[in-house]
Amino acid sequence: MRDVWTQLEPHLASVEKPARYIGLELGAQRPRHAPHRVAWLLTYPDTYEIGLPNQGLQILYEILNERDDAVAERSYAPWTDLEAVLRRERIPLFSVDTHRAARDFDVLAFNLSAELTYTNLLNCIDLAGVPVRAAERAATDPLVAAGGHCTYNPEPLADFLDFVVLGDGEQVVGEITAVLAEWKRGGREAGGSREAVLRALAGIDGVYVPAMYEVDYDGPHIRAVRPRYPEVPERVEKRTIADLADWPYPRNQLVPLTEVVHDRLNVEVFRGCTRGCRFCQAGMITRPVRERPADQVRTMVSDGLRRTGYDEVSLTSLSSADFSGIEGVVRDIVDDPTGCGQISVSLPSLRVDAFTVGIAAEIQKARRTGLTFAPEAGSWRMRQVINKLIREEDLYSAVESAFSQGWRRVKLYFLTGLPTETDQDTLGILDLARNCVDIGRRHHRNPTVKASVGGFVPKPFTPFQWFGQNTLDELGRKIGLLRDGARRTRSLQLTWHDPRATLAEGLVSRGDRRLGPVIERVWRKGGTFQEWSEHLDVDLWLDAMAEAGLDVDWYVYRHRHEDEVLPWDHLSAGLHKDFLWQDFRDALAEVGLPDCRWTPCYDCGACTGYGIEHVVASAVPPAGGSQGTGQDLTRGSEVPVTLLPGVRKPAAAAALSGAPS
Amino acid sequence: MSRRLRARFAKTGKVRFVSHRDVARIWERALRRAGVPIAYTEGFSPRPKLSFGLALSTGYESLGEYLDISLRDGGSSGVDLEQAPTLLTVALPVGMEVQAVVDLEPGMPSLQQAVTSCTWHIELSETEAAVATLVDRALAASELVIARTRKGQEAVEDVRSGILSLRALGPAADGSTVVEAELATQPRGLRPAELARALHPATEVRRVVRIHQWTQVGGARQEVIPLLSVDPDPAREDHPTGPDRSRVATLTRTQQARAS
Repeated sequence: MRDVWTQLEPHLASVEKPARYIGLELGAQRPRHAPHRVAWLLTYPDTYEIGLPNQGLQILYEILNERDDAVAERSYAPWTDLEAVLRRERIPLFSVDTHRAARDFDVLAFNLSAELTYTNLLNCIDLAGVPVRAAERAATDPLVAAGGHCTYNPEPLADFLDFVVLGDGEQVVGEITAVLAEWKRGGREAGGSREAVLRALAGIDGVYVPAMYEVDYDGPHIRAVRPRYPEVPERVEKRTIADLADWPYPRNQLVPLTEVVHDRLNVEVFRGCTRGCRFCQAGMITRPVRERPADQVRTMVSDGLRRTGYDEVSLTSLSSADFSGIEGVVRDIVDDPTGCGQISVSLPSLRVDAFTVGIAAEIQKARRTGLTFAPEAGSWRMRQVINKLIREEDLYSAVESAFSQGWRRVKLYFLTGLPTETDQDTLGILDLARNCVDIGRRHHRNPTVKASVGGFVPKPFTPFQWFGQNTLDELGRKIGLLRDGARRTRSLQLTWHDPRATLAEGLVSRGDRRLGPVIERVWRKGGTFQEWSEHLDVDLWLDAMAEAGLDVDWYVYRHRHEDEVLPWDHLSAGLHKDFLWQDFRDALAEVGLPDCRWTPCYDCGACTGYGIEHVVASAVPPAGGSQGTGQDLTRGSEVPVTLLPGVRKPAAAAALSGAPS
Repeated sequence: MSRRLRARFAKTGKVRFVSHRDVARIWERALRRAGVPIAYTEGFSPRPKLSFGLALSTGYESLGEYLDISLRDGGSSGVDLEQAPTLLTVALPVGMEVQAVVDLEPGMPSLQQAVTSCTWHIELSETEAAVATLVDRALAASELVIARTRKGQEAVEDVRSGILSLRALGPAADGSTVVEAELATQPRGLRPAELARALHPATEVRRVVRIHQWTQVGGARQEVIPLLSVDPDPAREDHPTGPDRSRVATLTRTQQARAS
């Protein structure tokens, strides 16, 4: 075992923010390494500030350390200054918990949350002293694994990853540990076979081993992806935990010594989303909706605040205002007499209405600075295409409500480069934003409206997976239109995402295995931290594509055909491909699709395929309705959901809402 | 007038790489965790009323850091000064140890005003003989000039008057040598790295430990909160004061410091 601390210590005073490398967080586990324990190094391939708060990583960190057969530590990508030191001084990548060399672990497990971190992943493997290509690893090398949202298309990383986990990790990490414990007993150190352990891993539901599959090409197209062995599944299905109540993690959220993003208590109130925004990969791949019981939320919040000393809690999910009984829960948190000091609550939400602002006013008695809304598109037509059915009046009433209750800044999120988007749709962004400025002026002398515009990148397992991404020039032109228009309005601040980053992300997002050499080349040329605008170098990517003889147009800008084999067709998030195709057709026809939490099932596959259901405390939408969706809310009682214990039967709930049943 | 407390703590070992600003945030959370009823500022963005003394550079250790804590009206009687150091140390990260908590009399000067000098142990990358020569030369000099920036302007300044005492203490690891220096903090402070530059432009500063912060009481020099049995004898083998928690734990509070 190699402890690198004594080597590292003399250099820390000369690098930026050395507190990122010392560990010592409140909640850090005491790792107990032992020959029979499988040692996991959970690594986030970006800086500590971005990676530490990652909830997925923290959940697995606790679950693994609770097991008798496992031990887990954490690592993050060293910033470029420390990387230079590590390479110069021949110090390997290390865990922040005990400063143990990465090679001394059995698994280097990466969280993949963003495509532009892929080159960092290669860099971390290399800094660990492990061959970056899986095929070149020896039996004595650790296994390299990945989990997280990007693993729904892991093909561009197929050359580098030994195994990939699809879906919720809570249960499957235990099954993987059991297989690896066997491998370790059989003598990983003594040169046991990698092939055998990989074949065993491929037999676990939700585990994908890229080397167990062969890709047949037909010119640039994929003809088929086939398993190499009969016992290897033709299609790998994601894992889904049926009930969040069984997994009240993290119990000991890490409290870092230095400032990080989302630096507050985070309590996940539900997982999954059925609003059905067609651009949103997270909403598609995490279905169905599984709410945490409200009482468990209350306990996790009050215990968490007391334990951490935080004065802020975020109730996290993809749209927390949709949590059943959200008003009661936040009121209880704010009014908790056992709490110490003033607690502020934040609530990421997709809803754009006065109801949400009302809750925000309730909970943000202090620090009333800015509120953020995400209408995503500038016209009603466009919002029907993307199934983000927020009416203009919903937005204005929300903004009115925010400005009138003391907020001075409103931030609006938009996407550009969406399917069927015309210049009229794009410029609609400015109309909405200007109208919000006018509303603000009725309440404040100097209101600020900030419009943030991102370029749309089509993602696997969404209805837009067939859509050709806008070109670099086209996105540049659209942003130019917006910039010119925004100049004339004081109080309107426009910010936009660099279209070059959108292009680089698009290359990897729907790439196939042939992208492997491209990613490797970008990394070898020093292209790390591509998520960081000061480090992004799109020319590295374009040069690497040309070098590999690959066509950017074919990979990024081209519309895909219905019958085309997609690089991720042998993986599954439960969604039927024909459902996604139909939803894409509906999008092009400007037809919206209601939220199935509160309307009958339309069989996307996520529930029916796995024999699971939504788990919610109420089969009717929260007060304020399912805004803008035009849903027939009287049909709530017909929804096939599992109700949390202690709640009314669906029929009674519907009756109570005043709707005829 | 609401009650105010002054706490003395050590910062040694790995935690020395945490910045001054982060130390402030760590304290905020530790006080909330320990259930200390801190007062908050008024306004839209209330912050806990804490004030820290002279910032310690990231990477330096200290056996005597200070902060003042304002308590909320009404809830402040419950704070037990005897138990506070233990309770707070438990709530703080490893390496931050609270040695004493005392009541702060109304009208006492702030830490920034009160502290006039600090004693440092500074490890320089020179042999013992070389350091002895440098020290003698510096003490004999009537003027010691270095270039330093002041409000963004580069200026050449004489820092000799900032050196109140200076002596070589003995060898440390890797052929470097520890000096003990008492450096003024007023009117303009002299930092350990600046002292090193004044001694020799090319010398490398390794480990730095703040040993004492001094204040003037009735013409005599006294620690802000004195502790009993502080004996950071640098000649001892376990010097410099590294991540050795047992050493700090042996420090005991004087009754005199707690007298009202």
